[in-house]
Amino acid sequence: MSASHDPQRREALIRGLGEILPPDAVLYEHEDLRPYECDGLSAYRRLPLAVALPSTRAQVAAILRLCHRLAVPVVARGAGTGLSGGALPLTDGLLLSLARLNRILAIDPTARIARVEPGVRNLAVSEAARPYGLYYAPDPSSQIACTIGGNVAENAGGVHCLKYGLTVHNVLRLTVLTVEGEELVFGSEALDAPGYDLLALTIGSEGLLGVVVEASLRLLPLPERQQVVLAAFDEVGRAAAAVGAIIAAGIVPAGLEMMDNLAIRAAEDYVHAGYPVEAAAILLVELDGTNAEVSEQVMQVRELLLACGATEVRTARDEAERELMWKGRKAAFPAVGRISPDYYCMDGTIPRGRLPEVLAGIAALSREYGLPVANVFHAGDGNLHPLILYDANRPGELERTEELGRKILELCVAAGGTVTGEHGVGVEKLDAMCVQFTAPELARFHAVKHAFDPAGLLNPGKAVPSLARCAEFGAMHVHRGQLRHAELPRF
Amino acid sequence: MGQGAVDADLTAQIAERVRAAYAQGTPLAIVGGGSKLWLGRRVEGEPLEIGGHRGVVRYEPSELILSARAGTPLAEIEALLAAHGQCLPFEPPHYAAGATLGGTVACNLSGPARPYRGACRDYVLGVRIVDGQGEVLRFGGEVMKNVAGYDLARLMAGAQGTLGVLLEISLKVLPRPQAELTLALELDAARALAQFNAWAAQPLPITAAAHVGERAYVRLAGAEAAVRAARLKLGGEELADGAAFWRSLRELTHGFFSAAGSLWRLALPPATPVEQGLHQCLDWGGGLRWVLSEAPLWDHAAARGGHATCYRGGRTAVFQPLPPALLALHQRLKRALDPARLLNPGRLYPEL
Ligand SMILES: Cc1cc2nc3c(=O)[nH]c(=O)nc-3n(C[C@H](O)[C@H](O)[C@H](O)COP(=O)(O)OP(=O)(O)OC[C@H]3O[C@@H](n4cnc5c(N)ncnc54)[C@H](O)[C@@H]3O)c2cc1C
Repeated sequence: MSASHDPQRREALIRGLGEILPPDAVLYEHEDLRPYECDGLSAYRRLPLAVALPSTRAQVAAILRLCHRLAVPVVARGAGTGLSGGALPLTDGLLLSLARLNRILAIDPTARIARVEPGVRNLAVSEAARPYGLYYAPDPSSQIACTIGGNVAENAGGVHCLKYGLTVHNVLRLTVLTVEGEELVFGSEALDAPGYDLLALTIGSEGLLGVVVEASLRLLPLPERQQVVLAAFDEVGRAAAAVGAIIAAGIVPAGLEMMDNLAIRAAEDYVHAGYPVEAAAILLVELDGTNAEVSEQVMQVRELLLACGATEVRTARDEAERELMWKGRKAAFPAVGRISPDYYCMDGTIPRGRLPEVLAGIAALSREYGLPVANVFHAGDGNLHPLILYDANRPGELERTEELGRKILELCVAAGGTVTGEHGVGVEKLDAMCVQFTAPELARFHAVKHAFDPAGLLNPGKAVPSLARCAEFGAMHVHRGQLRHAELPRF
Repeated sequence: MGQGAVDADLTAQIAERVRAAYAQGTPLAIVGGGSKLWLGRRVEGEPLEIGGHRGVVRYEPSELILSARAGTPLAEIEALLAAHGQCLPFEPPHYAAGATLGGTVACNLSGPARPYRGACRDYVLGVRIVDGQGEVLRFGGEVMKNVAGYDLARLMAGAQGTLGVLLEISLKVLPRPQAELTLALELDAARALAQFNAWAAQPLPITAAAHVGERAYVRLAGAEAAVRAARLKLGGEELADGAAFWRSLRELTHGFFSAAGSLWRLALPPATPVEQGLHQCLDWGGGLRWVLSEAPLWDHAAARGGHATCYRGGRTAVFQPLPPALLALHQRLKRALDPARLLNPGRLYPEL
């Protein structure tokens, strides 16, 4: 019997939490639970049994031991900005907020490492490192709010990951609590560690393998100079081709972002970044490095863009203009939120060379479904973020939107890509996972989960679909006409 | 098989061998080019040769992605990339002619550029493997960003074949730097280490930093203009053949390594003070210390927040012992992907 239908277990949980935490750190009244009912994917909402707000690692360990003893599932939560329902509560589970573990434990300028608790906000790390001329490279657009724990769980990227990598490339060491409350250390402040790369395995595991309670992050020197070049195109395909041309010329920009007309207009209305609102697409190309190097590359990139048919190429005149150009990009999601009652953000990644054809495919699907799609994305990485504009109050529109979303992801997989580049699977892309992976591959994911969490209590039901679900969904690659590993439990 | 020059796809044969081994409970010793047999504990098992499973499967220079079969010689891949002005930025050591891509990734080997450009595992985008039950599986892919499912592709880097037989690997590659030069500076080890850490905190185009004998060596690479500016700032004298120096350090053929005795590789937090009285040289800007020592250095490394590998002179224990709880997790993971413990059993640790 699940705890939600088992008042005794609920009571035991709340009593147990009361012994570990002060009264203000345990929430269980209906109205107190409301703020935790969803993450950034608000189409899915649920109330947990209770919310715990520990502020020390020892409290987190005690909470996990309690939940393990009572067999209550645990969903970790950072800032709740996730876009795939990773932090969506379970009705029979505890929501474990790490937001109060928000101390920066150390900034070591000599070793160039920041040691932080999981609830520290992404941007706070770079702010603390700035006096030493250092910064933390991964910069998701949500960086003023999202936490390092959430970044680790999703392997978050940002506009600068083309050159500086994703979270997995910038975390050196994690302290993780198992579901039994046991403390393990993965990785090292040295440049490698003995045994299996459990650090890489944990990063992007969506809170299913352990709860992160501390992270050592690699800090990089602030570049001497950053410059952004904005190019306008009267055709989306030309902008996409220009992306390939820049990379092919041997230039790896710090960031290479693209926005289409709908996104340009929304962002311009919202933050007045000075974008050319008539353009079919713009590219933002950031170059960084030494003064001389950047000057050289700006010239090169300008020429390449013009040769690719850019109708206008602009270089930020000063730091204020550079920041404004980026502000428009970083505010693009909320900007689209202003022009449509609801939007649904997709996250497929494709080989860069397929950009023109996949963008054309998305436009065709958008027409077919009668739903506008705005594109604003990490073009250099081939990581698309089509935003489907819809109105949840119109009957059937959410369902049509989800179907369109699924079609877009299938298009990405067919182009040799993946259903999620940085937002994670969560609850949202479980069916899409059935398209991307075979049954034996999914079975290995479940086996890995089992190795970390035999009782299946950490964020169960997220990230990896059960084989039964895929069989039902009908898209599973069933090998040789039969489901392999029929002996495995259907998680 | 081994050095057959003809590209071939032996996926079906390799999977069949593993399935048969699984049916009979036969342990397998996976062999690529045989260049790193010594870099691990002895494996008792029937040899499973991968060398014939070779060939570049896909290479799109403008995508910065290369996929090749595990048995493809590393030298062949590097030559192909060089012909297109690209490279493997982690500059893996070969250790012997015939080194394969599979062995390189299985051992997660990276050269002097490691602290500045990233490790082998950082460039792994996807793999195709045969697991311990003979199932052919694909994880990751040929795209730069991918968070669908756990990162089992990267997990294979450094697992030394104990979690799966690598069949095919997709890597991110990068353009070769436009300009490159190496500076030598007269500095003792302690002062060199302080310099390396100070420089790493500044926006300088450094891609390698080492200390051997009484000299520090720093490699600058990148855009012409950036290298020129940094060269003035750092001082020292330019080495005539910098590439040969870094190669000798990477391949352990430098004179330092010819001294007799056990060779230890210590990976330490890069600011760890230089220990006096050790016969050592520094690579990775101080993050890697090669030490000639008859005494085991496990405790020495652990006490400094790092770990040791016995590169030469130890066959019973090669890798730093793991704490019990971590070892237990390793064993459970091994069981998840190789339940009968057939793939390179004991190569990393006796328990795996
Ligand atoms: C406007 C907007 C823009 C965005 N832009 C980007 C972007 O550019 N790039 C990008 O990658 N993402 C982006 N995101 C998505 C989101 O911000 C990231 O996924 C972020 O990493 C989530 O962090 P969080 O703290 O909000 O985590 P949450 O949403 O609270 O949780 C996310 C997942 O992490 C798990 N988790 C949280 N803390 C821990 C912990 N301590 N231990 C174990 N598991 C934990 C949760 O269980 C959940 O599965 C954006 C979101 C929004 C709303």
